[in-house]
Amino acid sequence: MTREFISGNDALAHGVRLASPKVISAYPITPQTTVVERLSEMAEDGSLDAEFIHVESEHSALSCAIGASAAGVRTFTATSSQGLLYMAECLPYAAGGRFPIVMMNANRSIALPWNIYGDQRDSLMLLDSGWIQAYVQDAQEGLDLALMSYRIAEHPEVSTPFMINMDGFHLTHTYEVVDVPDKESADRLIPPFRPVGCIDPGSPQNIGFSAGPEHNVFFKYKAHCGMLRARDVIKETEQAFSRIFGREYSGLTEGYRCEDADHVLITLGSISGLCRGAADAARAEGIRAGVLRIRYMRPFPAEETVAAVSGAKSIAVLEKDISFGGTGTVFANVGSALFSAGLNMRASNYIGGLGGRDISIGDVRKIFSDMAAGKTGVRFIGIEEGPE
Amino acid sequence: MSFSASSLSEDEFFYGHKACAGCGGSLAVRIALKVLGEKTVAVLPAGCMSAVGFNFPQLCFANNAIISTFAGTASMMTGIEAGLRARGIADYKVVGFAGDGGTADIGIQALSGAIDRGDDIIYICYDNEAYMNTGTQKSSLTPFGARTTTTPVKGNRRDKKDMFEIVAAHGIPYAATASVGYLNDYMRKVAKAAEVKGTKYIHVIAPCPTGWGAGSDETIELAKEAVDCGLWPLAEYENGEFSLSMRMKDPSLLDSHIRRQGRFKHLTSEGLEHIRELRDRRWDRIDKKWNVDQGRRTR
Repeated sequence: MTREFISGNDALAHGVRLASPKVISAYPITPQTTVVERLSEMAEDGSLDAEFIHVESEHSALSCAIGASAAGVRTFTATSSQGLLYMAECLPYAAGGRFPIVMMNANRSIALPWNIYGDQRDSLMLLDSGWIQAYVQDAQEGLDLALMSYRIAEHPEVSTPFMINMDGFHLTHTYEVVDVPDKESADRLIPPFRPVGCIDPGSPQNIGFSAGPEHNVFFKYKAHCGMLRARDVIKETEQAFSRIFGREYSGLTEGYRCEDADHVLITLGSISGLCRGAADAARAEGIRAGVLRIRYMRPFPAEETVAAVSGAKSIAVLEKDISFGGTGTVFANVGSALFSAGLNMRASNYIGGLGGRDISIGDVRKIFSDMAAGKTGVRFIGIEEGPE
Repeated sequence: MSFSASSLSEDEFFYGHKACAGCGGSLAVRIALKVLGEKTVAVLPAGCMSAVGFNFPQLCFANNAIISTFAGTASMMTGIEAGLRARGIADYKVVGFAGDGGTADIGIQALSGAIDRGDDIIYICYDNEAYMNTGTQKSSLTPFGARTTTTPVKGNRRDKKDMFEIVAAHGIPYAATASVGYLNDYMRKVAKAAEVKGTKYIHVIAPCPTGWGAGSDETIELAKEAVDCGLWPLAEYENGEFSLSMRMKDPSLLDSHIRRQGRFKHLTSEGLEHIRELRDRRWDRIDKKWNVDQGRRTR
C-alpha cells in the first residue's frame, strides 16, 4: 500500500487498475477525461495488462464493452452527462444481457443550457436502466468502490452492471490523500472473472436474443432478482474488504446522528460531509438533526431508510436533481419507501447544486431550521420564491 | 482460393429461421457462415436477420452469435474481437451481418470507427435497399426511383450512397462488392476477407422479393441482372487499388430489370432514363478513378 496525494479521478483509475480489466473502451468528456487518460497511460506503460480501445462515441464505448463482456472478459468504461445520455440505449442492453460491466460516471449537468459542472441529473435520469448505482463521497471511497464493484457485479447471482457516480469537479478534480492498495491485496478481494453464458468455443451460444410476450417477463423478473440479491452481496463484499484493508463501509446507506434525530436530512454524494457539519451546528442550537447518506440508489435502500428515519418528526431530501413538474428523483424514491412502510412524517425536497452551483453550510443549516419550523414542499436552494 | 457449390461445406450454421421465401439476406448470411466455418462469432444488429433468427427459445445460429444494438454492430464486434484475444482465443473470426440501413445510416459511425482503428473484423452489409424489417422504408441505400412506404408516390429522389467507395476512402485493407446472384464470387471474397488482417468490408446485394415487388423465385435472377446491366459493379479494393471482378455484360438489360420490379412500377420513362444516366456516370467515374481497361467493361 502507498499513500498518495491524488485527484478523485486518479484514485478511481487506480482502483480500476487493481481490478485488472482486460478491455477498456472510452470516449473523452469533461470531467471524466483524466480517468481515461490515466488508464490509457497505464495500458501503454504496461502497469495495466489491458487493451485501451479508442472508440468514436459513447454509444460505441458501451457497445464495445458489452461485446468484450460477452466474449468473457472484465471490462471498464467511463463517461459523464451528455455522453451517458448518448450511450443510454446501451445501458438497459447491458443490464438485460446481465453483463457485469463497471462504468464510472462523473456526475455533470445536462444541456440545455450547456454546463460542464456537477449535478446528478445525468445518472438519476437513468436510474431505471437496470444498473447498480452507487454515489461516493470522497476519492478514497471512489477507489475502494472501483475495487468492490467488480466483485459485486460479477457475483453469479447478481450479474448486473455497476455505475460508480462521482460528483463532477467536487470529487473528480479535488486532490486528497488516498491509500492505494497493493495488487496482491486487491487480488484477494476480487477473484478471477468467471463469465457465465458468454461466447464459448466449446459450446456455441446465441446471446442477446428476442423474447416475446410469453417469455419476456421472466428475463425482467430475473434481472430484478439479481439486483435485489446485490443488497446482501454488497454487505458481504464490504465485510471482506474490511478484513483485507481495514476500512469499513456501511452498506446501502450511511447514517449520522440519526438514532435520536427529530429531523433527518437525506442526501447523496460529496455534499454529505457539509450536511453532517450543518447537522452538528443545528444540534448546537437545539435542533436534533441527523443525516442519512444514500450510498446506493439501486438497489434502493428502502429498509435502511425506513429504519433510519422511523423515529423522526420530519425528513428532507437534498439532491442535485429535479424531474420538472414532479420532485427530485431521490425524493420520489424515498417517499415511496416511507409511504409503503406506513410512515407519514412531514417531508420536503430541496433542489440544490444544479449546474455546479455552490451549496453553502448556511443553506443546509437553513434546511434544518425549515424542517423544525414544519415547512414542506419542493424548494430550490438560492431561489426565494417557491415554484407555486 | 476458389469456392463452388461442390466444394462448399455440408455444415449449416443458420437454419430454422423465419425469413421470407426467396430472402436474399438469409442466403448471404448462410453462405458466408459456411465459408467461414464454426470458429466464427456472428454479430447481427436489429434488422431482418436478427428478427427472423433470434427468437427465444427458437435460436437459429449453430455458431456463437449475438444481437447488437442497431447502431452498434461494428463497435460490438470490436469488443468481442478484443475480448477473445484477451482470453487467448486466437483462431476465431468475428463477422457482422448488417442491413443497408444498419450499415449506411445508423451504423456508419461505428463502422467508420472500427475501420479507423484497424480492428480485425469482417463486416458484411447485406443490402436489400430499404428498411425491409419494418416494412420497406427508404434508407440511404435505396436506389433512385424505388417506391418505399416513406417515398410512396414519386419514389426515392436520391441515388444510392456509395458505401464501397466511402469504406475504401478509409484506406481499409480489404473491401469488396458482391451479389447473391454470383455466389462463387461472393464466397471467394468472404474467404479472401478471412485471410486478410485488419478490417474487411463486403457489400453484398441481396434482393428482397417482398420489398422489391418480385416473386420469391426471382431473387437470384434479379441479383445477377443488377450486376449484368451495370447497376451493381462487382469489385474489390485492396492495397489501395480498385479492381473490377466482372464485366458489365449487357447495358441494355437495364430496362427489363427495372420494369419487372413492383417497386419501380410507377416509374416514368424520364425516371428510367435518369437511372441509366446515374449508372453511366458511375461507370465513367470507375473508368477514370479505377484505371480500368475499357475492354473489360463490356463483352
